[in-house]
Amino acid sequence: MSQNKPSGFTKQMARNMFYGGSVFFILVFAALIFDSERKIPFRSNAQAITPAVISGKHLWETRNCIGCHTLLGEGAYFAPELGNVYKRRGPEFIKAWIASQPTHIEGRRQMPQFNFTEQQLNDLVEFLRWTGNVNTEKWPPNIEG
Amino acid sequence: MQAITLKYKSQGVAKYYFVAALGLFVLQIVFGLTLGLQYLIGDLAFPYIPFNQARMVHTNLLIVWLLFGFMGSAYFLVPEESETELYSPKLAMVLFWVFLSAGVLTIVGYLAVPYAKLAELTGNDILQTMGREFLEQPLPTKIGIVVVVLGFLFNISMTVLKGRKTSISLVLLMGLWGLALMFLFSFVNPANLVRDKMYWWFVVHLWVEGTWELIMGALLAFVLIKTTGVDREVIDKWLYVIIAMALITGILGTGHHFFFIGLPGYWLWVGSIFSAMEPIPFFMMTVFAFNMVQRRRRDHVNQAALLWAVGTSVVAFLGAGLWGFMHTLAPINYYTHGTQLTAAHGHLAFYGAYVLVVIAMISYAMPILRGREANSRRAQSFEMWSFWIMTVSMVFMVLALTGAGILQVWLQRLPTEGAMPFMQTQDQLRFFYWLRVGGGVGFLLGLLTYLYSFVAAPGSVEDESAVYPGLMPLREQKA
Repeated sequence: MSQNKPSGFTKQMARNMFYGGSVFFILVFAALIFDSERKIPFRSNAQAITPAVISGKHLWETRNCIGCHTLLGEGAYFAPELGNVYKRRGPEFIKAWIASQPTHIEGRRQMPQFNFTEQQLNDLVEFLRWTGNVNTEKWPPNIEG
Repeated sequence: MQAITLKYKSQGVAKYYFVAALGLFVLQIVFGLTLGLQYLIGDLAFPYIPFNQARMVHTNLLIVWLLFGFMGSAYFLVPEESETELYSPKLAMVLFWVFLSAGVLTIVGYLAVPYAKLAELTGNDILQTMGREFLEQPLPTKIGIVVVVLGFLFNISMTVLKGRKTSISLVLLMGLWGLALMFLFSFVNPANLVRDKMYWWFVVHLWVEGTWELIMGALLAFVLIKTTGVDREVIDKWLYVIIAMALITGILGTGHHFFFIGLPGYWLWVGSIFSAMEPIPFFMMTVFAFNMVQRRRRDHVNQAALLWAVGTSVVAFLGAGLWGFMHTLAPINYYTHGTQLTAAHGHLAFYGAYVLVVIAMISYAMPILRGREANSRRAQSFEMWSFWIMTVSMVFMVLALTGAGILQVWLQRLPTEGAMPFMQTQDQLRFFYWLRVGGGVGFLLGLLTYLYSFVAAPGSVEDESAVYPGLMPLREQKA
């Protein structure tokens, strides 16, 4: 059987390839992350992160919006992309839409009613507005997200 | 033939983990079917179980039951590889009940309480970690996971330290420690969404396309050694090359998630190039599995286990490798990012790589844990049927989602002007969504067939066959 023949490529070489390769690429990855960290403030327009934006993100998270929607393409694929919804719909539409849920149209997908205050609605809109200005390499391809 | 006994009594704890894993698996599929139907009947179960709650239950159950599967596998594998009893079987049992109750409580919490209320009740304001995909667990659950995993790692690390050290147990340990380490990033949630997303992928990507591949490789290698009797030197060499390629491609492959979330443009290149190579380790796993079967030195009585092992290598390559490659290059992903194509890839990859490898372990270990080398031929035949029913159903479902994804890209993403809005597009995808539900029903039937194999024709294969090409004569030729 060929497995008993001496072979040029030994287990030790395979192991070294694993350790060497992993360590090398972990270091490269760390360097790239370090560089990305430095560029995030500029690319994300970080100085525009107001307390309202932070509060909006908190509302976004605690209502589990990502369980139906995508945000910058990530999340669930059950409901529309919201990374560019500010540009697509504008602030007033967004607030009115959230406030009027659920539609109760039979057979249609339903969004829960979250009973937000006016302040909370404004914060959410601020968060979505800020998100819309992140440099996403021109994604999504068109306004429909 | 006499019933066989466990080589190491403490391996018995694995049984609890496997049973819990399979129970949660069934629940996961039930919620999956609900989600599939909600795509078609939008108001199904509303407002009692809105889509986002059901989805969170579906994905979190997957993660939890796979973790149960990994832990059970480790508790079975490590004593055998280390040739010594588990450091503390008692700790393993305590952690089992802690993990199970934490898991069940969390799921009940998801279903019984509105998410915002759950966040409030569980101290999310102390450290805000909730509400991010797959990491929806309340803070106490996240801390519980860390505690359980650390206790588990302590237990198996001590076992390895006091016994024989093999490449398989070493790789498994590295994978599991890596899993624990990367999970710590679930506690990182910066106010800047871009930064938040970047570290979120440290958990999600570096689990499934990093550390978990080490675990998968180790489990697959273990089952192949046991069922084919191929020399350990050969298997170890393959294992190291496979995991080397997994990390060499997978670590920078993280970049394929960094294309459009606000990170620098060079990730388009880094992510495309390295993730395009991510199929390589999966392809090698397929070659590895077939090669070992070809070189087998015995025909093991548990042919079902071998089928799951070979199956995992093939379906992982299709799901993680091919279906990933299909949309991983940045210019393609620009159009497919966050469409049903992503869902198609996710389902086949998880099923092929992680569901099947855990079942391969369960299929190999469970008969032994029940005092027999292998199940009766009739029971094995049910297992093999269940493999084919589940796999064909999953492939069917994934093809349906792929069809949906392609149409979605065509209608909603490709047109520069007058593109179809999201919900209108969804209406056009209904045909594919119905096919998907069909695949889901088939999958559930396959899973039930698998569970039936545990009660069908009890007894061991030796009862039926005079031939006993058992484990003993050929095992461990080289220590």
